[in-house]
Amino acid sequence: MATHQEIEPGGHAHPGAKEYVLVAVALGFLTGIEVAVYYIDAVRPWLAHLLIILSAVKFFLVASFFMHLKFDNRLFSSLFVGGLILAISLGISLLALFHNLFV
Amino acid sequence: MEHAVATAHAAEHEHRTSTGLDNRKLVMWAFLASDCLFFGSFISAYMIYRGRSPSGPCPHECVLNGVHYDGVFNIPYTSVSAFVLLMSSLTMVLALAAIQRGNHRGLRIWLLATALLGSVFVGGQYFEFTTFYQKGLSLSSNLFGTTFFVLTGFHGAHVTVGIIMLLSLLLTSLLGRLPASDSLTVELTGLYWHFVDVVWIVIFTVVYLLPM
Repeated sequence: MATHQEIEPGGHAHPGAKEYVLVAVALGFLTGIEVAVYYIDAVRPWLAHLLIILSAVKFFLVASFFMHLKFDNRLFSSLFVGGLILAISLGISLLALFHNLFV
Repeated sequence: MEHAVATAHAAEHEHRTSTGLDNRKLVMWAFLASDCLFFGSFISAYMIYRGRSPSGPCPHECVLNGVHYDGVFNIPYTSVSAFVLLMSSLTMVLALAAIQRGNHRGLRIWLLATALLGSVFVGGQYFEFTTFYQKGLSLSSNLFGTTFFVLTGFHGAHVTVGIIMLLSLLLTSLLGRLPASDSLTVELTGLYWHFVDVVWIVIFTVVYLLPM
């Protein structure tokens, strides 16, 4: 069947339905792990680290596969990652500033 | 006839750019990058004021000034909402795959499924807000209430706008005005939809699950 997928310069063909379903299964599984570790007392000392890693993996999966950043022109990735880096820098700066003010 | 309309429509949108990329897609990515800062500001505000409310209610069980407060969060309930929104990203990307194959019936089914899942999420958020309000948490009750409702409220507004976009696409498709050659329109809506999903991935972890 003919496809109407536009492949930009520097881009690759997008994955098919099977790959999307596999990514969704992985996302559901990771969400399950997130909720499970929240209730396990034994992992409480590392809970924050675990949750941040799991969340980052989920974020990466959605951005790479569902938003096609892995397959599209790298300019789109640069734009998005640029905004993301600015947002994270803003958060770290504000947290550092207000932490000092409140202490 | 439909083919002729589709060809004319495609020709209308065909234009050269200095990057070789479609400007509409570039603009959408630039908008999403700016939206990262928008939500980054509200998430930062929530983090800064976390645990600094002088009075309850609290997100989790707490004692403030000798008064015990039960936590307002219901993690299993919000986990299901998070799962629903994640699955809506799958149906959205399946809608895009369908129109790229010229499968209009598939497109309509997956668009409708995405809009329904999004509506379930927003309905769940409305129920959650109502429950919190009944437990004494409002926009002005304490720092937690203010930062929580502003952050999750703006996210809910984004999801609502996404649902309107999805239903508009569905209507356009039903009217026969969304040819397969115009799949970029579905892709752009999809980018916005996936973005609200990734924002919720962060909110779910930072706001609901991270320990104090």
